[in-house]
Parts: sequence; structure tokens; C-alpha cells
Amino acid sequence: MAAVVLAASLGLSACGGGGDAGASDGTFTAGHSEPDHLMPANTTSSYSFDVISELFDNLMTLDREGRAVPLAAESVASDDQKVWTIKVKPGQKFHNDEAVTAQSFADAWNHAAYGPNGMGANDYFSHIEGYGAMNPEDENAEPEADTLSGVEVVDENTLEVTLNHPFSQFPLLLTYPAYAPMPKAGLKDPKAFDERPIGNGPYMMDGEWERNKQIKLVAFPGYTGPRKPKNKGVTWKSYSSADTAYTDLRAGSLDVLQTIPSGKVPEAEKVFGDRFITGEMGTIDYLGFPLFDKRFAEPDLRRAISMVIDREGINKAVYNGAYFPADSLLPSIIPGHRDNACGELCTYDPAKAKELFDKAGGFEGTLELYFSNAQPTYAQWMRIVANSLRDNLGIQEIEFRQVPASDYFSMLRAREEKGPYRQNWEADYPSPQNYLENMWGSDNNRMGWKSEEFDELIAEANRTADQQKAIGLYNRAEDIAIEEMPMIPLWTWARQGGHSDNVGNVTVTPYATGLLAHEVTVK
Amino acid sequence: MWRYVVRRLLQAVPVFFGTTLLIYAMVFALPGDPIQALAGDKPVPENVLRTLRDRYNLNDPLLVQYAKYMWGLAQGDLGENYTGQSVSEMLGGRWAVTARLALTAWLFELVIGIALGVWAGLRRGRLADTLVLGGTTLVIAVPVFVLGYIAQIVFGLHWQIFPTAGTEDGWPMSYLLPGIVLGSLGLSYVARLTRTSLAENLRADYVRTARAKGLSKARVIGRHTLRNSLIPVVTYLGVDFGNLMGGAIVTEGIFNLPGVGQQVFQSIQLKEGPVVVGAVTVLVLIFLLVNLVVDLLYGVLDPRIRYE
Repeated sequence: MAAVVLAASLGLSACGGGGDAGASDGTFTAGHSEPDHLMPANTTSSYSFDVISELFDNLMTLDREGRAVPLAAESVASDDQKVWTIKVKPGQKFHNDEAVTAQSFADAWNHAAYGPNGMGANDYFSHIEGYGAMNPEDENAEPEADTLSGVEVVDENTLEVTLNHPFSQFPLLLTYPAYAPMPKAGLKDPKAFDERPIGNGPYMMDGEWERNKQIKLVAFPGYTGPRKPKNKGVTWKSYSSADTAYTDLRAGSLDVLQTIPSGKVPEAEKVFGDRFITGEMGTIDYLGFPLFDKRFAEPDLRRAISMVIDREGINKAVYNGAYFPADSLLPSIIPGHRDNACGELCTYDPAKAKELFDKAGGFEGTLELYFSNAQPTYAQWMRIVANSLRDNLGIQEIEFRQVPASDYFSMLRAREEKGPYRQNWEADYPSPQNYLENMWGSDNNRMGWKSEEFDELIAEANRTADQQKAIGLYNRAEDIAIEEMPMIPLWTWARQGGHSDNVGNVTVTPYATGLLAHEVTVK
Repeated sequence: MWRYVVRRLLQAVPVFFGTTLLIYAMVFALPGDPIQALAGDKPVPENVLRTLRDRYNLNDPLLVQYAKYMWGLAQGDLGENYTGQSVSEMLGGRWAVTARLALTAWLFELVIGIALGVWAGLRRGRLADTLVLGGTTLVIAVPVFVLGYIAQIVFGLHWQIFPTAGTEDGWPMSYLLPGIVLGSLGLSYVARLTRTSLAENLRADYVRTARAKGLSKARVIGRHTLRNSLIPVVTYLGVDFGNLMGGAIVTEGIFNLPGVGQQVFQSIQLKEGPVVVGAVTVLVLIFLLVNLVVDLLYGVLDPRIRYE
């Protein structure tokens, strides 16, 4: 098998890559779980993003440092952070030869934001003016509009977008997969579009989406953008078991795997050597407090609990030392992350913690710890946390509440939890705003925490054009959330993957762009 | 006998309605909101959730939902799952995979199992018998996932005799290893049942009579003893065929075969009523049919059994 691949690729490099050759010729395979949708606006799943980010060129994309840079756009600019003028690069084409214009973006966004279409990423358009009229709060009301009043097509290549509020992070939001354009053919038959998307990106679909098996992509010959593929195509294979995907990677029947099961990591590091892929991700675990339960109202109690969590020890015991103990509310891949922003509040110090705990008046009753059954590791580290709470703070009655993953978020939304709960956040786009506003903002947070000062700082940062100044303001808001500690940061996840020696130049970013498939070289 | 067959087939009708309603009700009773669960932790506005709930009739009471489902079914429409995929399309491809896997495993059980059983039964108390008994005990004792992973690593990864996973190589290559793993437990039971039943019957009066009449050994064993001994084996093989069709979740997972077992498992977690009901109903019908065939086979094996 390996010999066949090698022979085929040797043949390819000899003749310089012309004509139709076998399936393994210049293409590679990557493994993941089955995506839910391929229509960009209908999904928030990273498995879908794996494929979508190759099929579509958004207006903006992210560079290696996580900054927004133009992709399908020539420029995205605003004077007041509220009205944005977007110039679309002329001459781009969809995979069906249709021209990519300002209208293609407006159409896609209107389709996504219209409530009755039931698109999964609908909420990501709520920043745009006119969203409210398309998504009435009242249960029986019909939407008054089916297009976003804030999106105006000025001419063939110019869009003017008016937002509800000044929002300096809008260029970053434009990198989110849901903001991809749609051709007319897609609007005509959205169901077929979901099965076989017609994008404007460096790759196009090669046949239908073979559900639960694979999605084949080939390089799009009409692509004019900066992401010209260095290979002929990529096939995303679906796996229902991460262990099996790893075995396939080891057997050489899979070229790239972004997630190796944690139990296999020590072995994989040895077997794959410099083909082992590692790095910090944008997903961070937290422990939230239900502040609507007045037993958790005292900030000192929350600080004390944060200080008896041995982040480093848990990282070693549960994650083979591969994760990154949190020293801030933000992962270090986010511009605006400050080393040790959390300071002693995120440092294991049982004596100091006990002091704060006593000062807060201790804890009455049973402490219930909530987590889902999505990963076995949750129960492992919760047990370590519980032991520490027992030994160091003297909380005797501790109970574990392991909730089925399908129920977990419904439970949190209904505020049915009676104690600290595990929670994580995965960046939609690398901005402190994405974490802070979604997880701590008074309108969004799950803890029932309210801080006007925090909200005002976030709003001010959202109005600020200068990114450095904006980050300074986000950091000030972050400091308030750290001080009050309604939700404890725990650790950032690590990417642990690998690739075969059939491929080279494999980069996996910690953002929604994921694997940079177009840069992969095939031997 | 035909009246008997028709009667049995008619009995399938109430069973069909009973199981569909029962399963629909059980999925309905699962806690959690399937639409909310689809979004995970990302925000979804209330009006979008409402749209989706309306689209999939989730706001209706149980019986109305069930009635709408059955009305669709009467028109040949199995409905959609909550990402808008048609259930018949979803299950169609998966039944093909499951049927191939189950048949491979079942044939393995049938051929090798009976052969081993006969071999051991004819040599009761000798080395062959001990080997078969010991070997099958070992297989029964080891959980299927251990067997599956070991087989995958040894035959797929190290020796590369079989593909490690997936269906790319088609039938039979992709299905041989998972089929053998899946069928190994059943094989052990078939071998033991055959062995015991055969050994027992070999001491029966009619065998002695047959031998005394001077019939050849092959005829005594093949035509008389084995045929009689196969009644419990056939019963087991019939029931097990149903099990293999529906119960291969672990094997399907290890070998990345997108079969029905996996789908049902996933859909129960996602609370996808139409998918679970669709898959399980077909399973129930297969069970009914196989059992009917088994009952009819009794008559072939033992002419004293007749159906009116």
C-alpha cells in the first residue's frame, strides 16, 4: 500500500503534475469526526470548519499570529466602528464559474440571519443592524424583514455594513466560517448546497458528501486567491472512534490526524518523532459558580476555591503534562493574553486559600460538582479538585453530578445546577472580546454575575478603533472578572496530532482555520 | 403449512405497531432538548430553536408526533433527523454495511462453528475436544473490544494482512477481520452446542440401530445424528443473526464501519426519534422473519414436527 502511494507520487513529480491520475496521486487524507453540515451558516462544529475553510474564502482570514488580514476582500475599513465599507476583490469565481461579488456575501448573510431558515450560526449575525427585525423575540410574531437592513450592496464590489453598536472586532468576526459567500445556485437549492457546497475557496467538492465515510476535495483550477494549494486535493475521512483513526494513522492509511486520544500520546510522541504535531489551542476550561445561589455570593470563597486547585498537578496527573495551566482568563494564543494576569489567585496556595475561606465564613451544606460525561478526564480532575477541597478547606460533604453530554448545556441554561460546574469556551475568532463578552458579559453569562463596570469597559473597547488600545480596555475588564472570580480559569487544551511521512509542511492553527490544507506538500 | 406462515406474518402487524409506539415513546421520554444539544455551547437564539422544533414536530404531544410519523411512514417517508437528513437515505447505506458485516460473521459462525463442534463431538474426551472446549472458553471470556483491538493491531497494523479500518476495500476484504471478531463469540456457542448435542445423540438407540443395520459411518453421522443434533444450533443461529444485525456497535466502532448499530447509538444520544424508530423497527421485522424461518426449519430437520 505504502509502496503504491510512493510510486504514484514519484510518477507525479516526474511529469510535473499534469492530467488525471490515480486517487492517491498528489492528494492526501485527513481524519476527523463526521461534520453536521457543510453549509457555512448552518454549523458551529469544528469538524465542519475543517472542510468549509478549504471550500470558501471569507472576506478576511487570520494570519499565523491570529490577526485579521484580507482574503476575498481588498479592504475592510470603518471610521466609527459602526459603518463598515468592504471592497471585494474583483475577478474571483465560485466553483461553478459564477462571479464572486458584494451581492454573494449579502445574499449569504441574509439567508443566515433570517430566523425561519433555522441556521445554526444565526446568532453570529446579531451584530448587524436589522437582525432584530428578522428574528422577533415574541413567540408568535412573524419576522418583519427577510433581509438585513444594515447590509447594503453599493456596487458590484462594494458592501456597506451598518452594525447595531460600534464593534471594532468586526474584521475578526468576518473570519468566522458563517460569513462565507454563497452563489445564486446555493440560494436556489440550499439543501443541495449543504450536500455539495459551491464555494470560492482553493478547493472544490469532488463528488457528493459521502456521509460517515469521506468528503473528497480537489484543487479548484479557477482559484485566483493567495491560498493556492501545494497539493492536488485532500480527502477528509470520518471516524467514529478516535482510537481507530490513530491506528489508521500508524498503519499509514491516514496522512494527517489533528487529535490523538490522550491515552496514546506518549506512544505517539515516540513513534512519530518530528511528525508529532503539538501546540496550544483556543479552548480553555473553566469552573463556574452559580451566583444565584447565595452560598457562592462571597468573592473570597470563590477565590479560595481557585487557590486550592493544583492546576500544574492536575495537568501532570490527567493530561500527561501536555495542557497549559491557566494564568489568565484567555489562552495564550489570543492577542491580549498577559502572562500571569491572574497572579496568586490562579496559584496553588492551600494556606492562603484556607485563610480566605474562613474569612468568607466557610461553606454550609453539600457541595455538588457538575460536569458532563463527554470526556472521561472531567471526572478524573474533578475528583482531584474534590480531594483538595476536602483536605485543604475542610468541606466534608462533596458530591459529583455527572450529567449526560446531551443534557448538560440545557441544564446550565435552565440554571438547574446547585454548585460549581465545568464549562469551556472555544474561540470563534481570536479576540479577548469573544471570550469576555460571551462568558462574563451581564447579558450572556451563565453565572448570574453582574458588573456594570465590566460591561462598560467591554463596550468602550468595542468602540475603540486602535486594536492596542482596545486590548488594553479588554484587559481592564478581564482584571475585574479575575478579581471577582465568578468563573475560575483552569487550563488551556493542547493540540496533539500527527502526520505520515507521505506529507510535509503540515500546520494546524489554533483557530477556526485549523489545518492549513493548501500548504501541505505530498511526497 | 402455508396457513401457519400467513398466521405468523399477520402476527407481525400488531408487533410492528407496538414496537414503533413503544420505541417512539421511549425516545420521547429521554431527558434533554435535542435541538439545543445540536448547538453544544454556542449561542442559538430562541426563535431559531423554535423554528427547528416546529420543523421536526417537537412541540407536539407524543401521540400527535407519533401519528405524524406513522402518516409519513404510510407514504413511504421515514422522516428526517434533526440536521435535515432523510432517514431512509441515512439508514440505506448503513443497512448495506451492517448486512455485509452480519452475514460475514454469521457465515463464519455457521461453517467454522459447526465444523469445530462436529470435530470435537466425534472425539469426545480426546485432545481435539479439549482444545475446542478450551479455545471457546477463552473466546467467551475475553470481551469483544479486547479481541477487536488486538486483531486490528496484529493483523492490520503489524502484519498488514487486512486493512486496519474502513470500508474502502469493499466486501470481503474490509469485512473479514471485523466479521471474524464479531462472529467469534457466536462461533464458540455454536461449536459447544453442536459438540454436546452431537455427543449426546451418538449414544442414542436409533444410532446404534443404524450402525447395526450396517449403514456407513458417514451416513449415520451426516444423515441421522447431525441432522437431529442441529435443532438447538439452528435456534441459536437464528436468534444470533438478529443480534449481529443490531448489536455490532463495538465492532463497528473499532473498525470504523458506518453501520446501523452505531447510528442507533448516536441517535439515542441525540434523541433522534425518527432514526431510532426507523432502524429498530426494521430490526424487529428481521427478528420476526428469521424466527419464522427457524421454526420452519425445525420441520425440515425433524419430520415429526408439523405446522397446521
